[in-house]
Amino acid sequence: MSAVEPRTWRVTEPASSKQLITLDVNGERQTFAAEPHHTLLEVLREELGLTGTKHGCELGECGACTVLVDGEPVLSCLTLPIQLAPTAAITTVEGLTNGASLDPLQIAFAEEGAAQCGYCTPGMLMAARALLDANPHPTRDEIAQAISGNLCRCTGYTAIYEAVESASRATSAGAPVERGDPVRSERR
Amino acid sequence: MTETFSVVGKRLPKVNSWAHLTGAAKYADDIFLPRMLFGRLLRSTQPHARIKRIDTSRALAHPGVVAIATGADMPEKMGIMPSTQDETALAVDKVRYVGEPVAAVAAVDEDTAFDALSLIDVDYEPLEPILTIEDALARDDVKIHETSRRANVFKEVHLAFGDLDAGFASADHVRDDWFFFEGNTHAPIESHSAVASFDGDGRLTLWTCTQVPHYLHRELEKVLGLPRARIRVIATPNGGAFGGKSDPFGHEFAAALLSMRTRRPVKITLDREEVFYAHRGRHPVKMRIKTGVKKDGELTAVHYQSWLDGGAYASYGIATTYYTGALMTVTYRIPAYKFDGVRVYTNKPPCGPKRGHGTTQPRWGFECQLDKISVDLGLDPLEYRKRILQPANSRTINQLRVTSMGLGQCLDAVGKATRFSDKHGTLPKGKGIGLAGSAYISGAGLPIYWNEMPHSGAIVKLDRGGGVTVACGTAEIGQGSDNVLASITAEVLGVLPDDVHVVSGDTSLAPVDLGSYSSRVTFMAGNAVKAAATKLRAHLLEAAAAKLQVPADRLSLAGRKIFDTGDPRTAISFIEAVVLAESKHGTLSAAGSYKPPAGIGGDFKGAGVGPTPAYSYQASVAEVSVDMETGVVTVDRIVTAHDCGRALNPANVEGQIEGSAYMGYGEIIGEEQIFRGGLHKKPSLLEYKLPTSLDTPALEAIIVESVDAEGPFGGKEAGEGPLNPVIPAITNAVYDAIGVRFDETPLTADKVLAALGKRDNRGVPKDRIGPDGLGEAKQDSTQRRLGFTTEARERKKAVRA
Repeated sequence: MSAVEPRTWRVTEPASSKQLITLDVNGERQTFAAEPHHTLLEVLREELGLTGTKHGCELGECGACTVLVDGEPVLSCLTLPIQLAPTAAITTVEGLTNGASLDPLQIAFAEEGAAQCGYCTPGMLMAARALLDANPHPTRDEIAQAISGNLCRCTGYTAIYEAVESASRATSAGAPVERGDPVRSERR
Repeated sequence: MTETFSVVGKRLPKVNSWAHLTGAAKYADDIFLPRMLFGRLLRSTQPHARIKRIDTSRALAHPGVVAIATGADMPEKMGIMPSTQDETALAVDKVRYVGEPVAAVAAVDEDTAFDALSLIDVDYEPLEPILTIEDALARDDVKIHETSRRANVFKEVHLAFGDLDAGFASADHVRDDWFFFEGNTHAPIESHSAVASFDGDGRLTLWTCTQVPHYLHRELEKVLGLPRARIRVIATPNGGAFGGKSDPFGHEFAAALLSMRTRRPVKITLDREEVFYAHRGRHPVKMRIKTGVKKDGELTAVHYQSWLDGGAYASYGIATTYYTGALMTVTYRIPAYKFDGVRVYTNKPPCGPKRGHGTTQPRWGFECQLDKISVDLGLDPLEYRKRILQPANSRTINQLRVTSMGLGQCLDAVGKATRFSDKHGTLPKGKGIGLAGSAYISGAGLPIYWNEMPHSGAIVKLDRGGGVTVACGTAEIGQGSDNVLASITAEVLGVLPDDVHVVSGDTSLAPVDLGSYSSRVTFMAGNAVKAAATKLRAHLLEAAAAKLQVPADRLSLAGRKIFDTGDPRTAISFIEAVVLAESKHGTLSAAGSYKPPAGIGGDFKGAGVGPTPAYSYQASVAEVSVDMETGVVTVDRIVTAHDCGRALNPANVEGQIEGSAYMGYGEIIGEEQIFRGGLHKKPSLLEYKLPTSLDTPALEAIIVESVDAEGPFGGKEAGEGPLNPVIPAITNAVYDAIGVRFDETPLTADKVLAALGKRDNRGVPKDRIGPDGLGEAKQDSTQRRLGFTTEARERKKAVRA
């Protein structure tokens, strides 16, 4: 047998300590391999393809990466998947939409112009959803308090307050959460 | 023609809302391509240094690293303005600010790319940094750029109009005030990101959050040496921009080059700290404003001088410099005007355009000075401003054409909403109300590259199934440009905005639009789209007229129907009209373009900055409470009225007004881009305080419609102007509250306490905080040491004597 030349790789593989991680995201259980130091934000975006969750600082300063863990708003950039309880249910902006039905917050944000560039919006929606779930009819001060960890650079927050209030009213009126014909949503 | 609209003026959701609200919108960093590599930039640790050596061998040997680029790979000079290109994609030979990109690594994952940065060895030979305007002006011995003829001056401009001496001679009262506006930054929540893919066919595609895909396209060709025909730039939805994504950036070229080298897609996304160093934000500006007035307040002459701290590179600096002087004349009648502007280089991240580009700082100074003049002359600030308005359809002393002009209505609107004149000067100590007016452009009158081509082009195509496609090179930066394109197309063709498929920001699929800067999109792209759609409308009307046997001029289009205005039941569907028109004329597609008319500005050197097809106007009133013990200024309410010509979508216009008020509030109340020895003092969102929901005052927006004769359906800009009056309104309100003039921004609690005499134990109150002139230049350090020694010896001698 001839001696086998040791193979040299043009690009060698970086050191890896990937672990198998299982998460319950938007009602689906998913198992994937990831570095244990990667944050929930990173694995949602990079391993699970859920890029609706955004990053603005990755230091817990801006709130753009807010997701719900068991209904509570959590900064996914400061959360390690391995910290989470095996039963933890994670909801991202992709999970706000139930099939073809939009969340009343999504409709209200569109109608009130509460999303300009849309980048803080997923985190803002999750924070607002957690608020309305806990307090279906918040005052404006309570809304301001609930989204105070979510920076928005576009709107000045006014339209966001109006949207959360509008969604609160829509929910209580039992209004359908189907997306309406845009012409009918005109209100002036 | 009666003006009834089916889309224009309606509060419809933006056509791109649904993608944003469901998480489906693909921002640049959301793009993941097969085989994609991840890049990171190595940035300078030195504010000013020569690069003696870069050794990438250790980094290249690091497992997982695929390729590395340095400045030597892309030595071609680039920059946004063709006449002042002084940057390279990665530093060549020298670094000029901390954070300047020096090298770029592409690796199999981001962790590896990051680790590899620390394995790149760079030897720097430190040079003395220049960090202040004063040092930049004085230090001929230290040159940041060899091209500066005098010390570190980047650009110096002098313009004079009318008889200044006679103007001041005829004045009853002259004010001469110094101001300083601190720099600040855009801080969009989305950090910059670019994905490049150089494919097997030798074509490069770059997805990037840029406001200016067309200009970036040009610079990529220049730096990469690849013909523009082989480059496709796709501006992804910008997660906020505000001017901060309107330069070509090092990471965009680096991603492209690394992709060309590796034949794999490469993504580079900046982290938050890098965004602070990428900057291109508001210039720190020192200003001196000398203004002559008659007893009744009529202006007789204004001499405005500005010194801009430009940071390390040109960016839009020429335009910024001119903008500090150019728009002073379009609000109030000024019969004689002189403008001197100087922009200097310093060893700090380059400044550039931020919302209100170059006009925000002088407008703040001037509106604060007008407030002082109104006090000096005993005039109501609102009535005073209304008395001296520049008239509609006029020329300013610096030859700018003013057309529709709603500043008077804006002042009335905010005055009425707040009962300004009743409250001003009568509120209890610690409570105040302030007012200011301002103006902005609806796009620059001239392109960055002077040529005869359109500023904006659009193609509209009709589908026989009833769909409409509009293609235009605008960049959607959150301002709602896609919705403007869809709304105007829908209005002209009588369909719904949701029927319109928008193709924007793509240099291969859409005609050139110069970009989403200088608030030009609604006016310029809007007119281009309107022109294209109007051509197709004529075909549809012709087809419908023949079918319905009704004269075309009696037909109207709305709600996906073409109908007889005399009897709306006589109608055909939009689809039927399309089928008939396509049967007759073939494929239904039309192009439209827009170029501002000639003669809207002067013909002197420097006249290129300032003209616009239409100025927007705005006024704000702010109400504040000052805590006399802590110095904290609480802004209780900001009411802004904005003349946007016509609100194509009132909800979106209000959003721009509120967002501008928010951003202006942040600038005056605490945001500052400041440095210590070239290092940013606040390079995080924890330290650089963006106002949160709990900080932001109640914001009220009032729309004023002057219906501009040349704007699309009468529309003008709404994105930038409404920021300008907010900052002086708050400053003037604080004067009304505590009787102290703040001729310096930001207006922090610390400064308020100093003014109240409560910051230290000396307790000497001040009636003004601000500069008294240009400061002393820092001397050479050895001389300074010698100076101290001499002084110490003198002091000792004096003690002995």
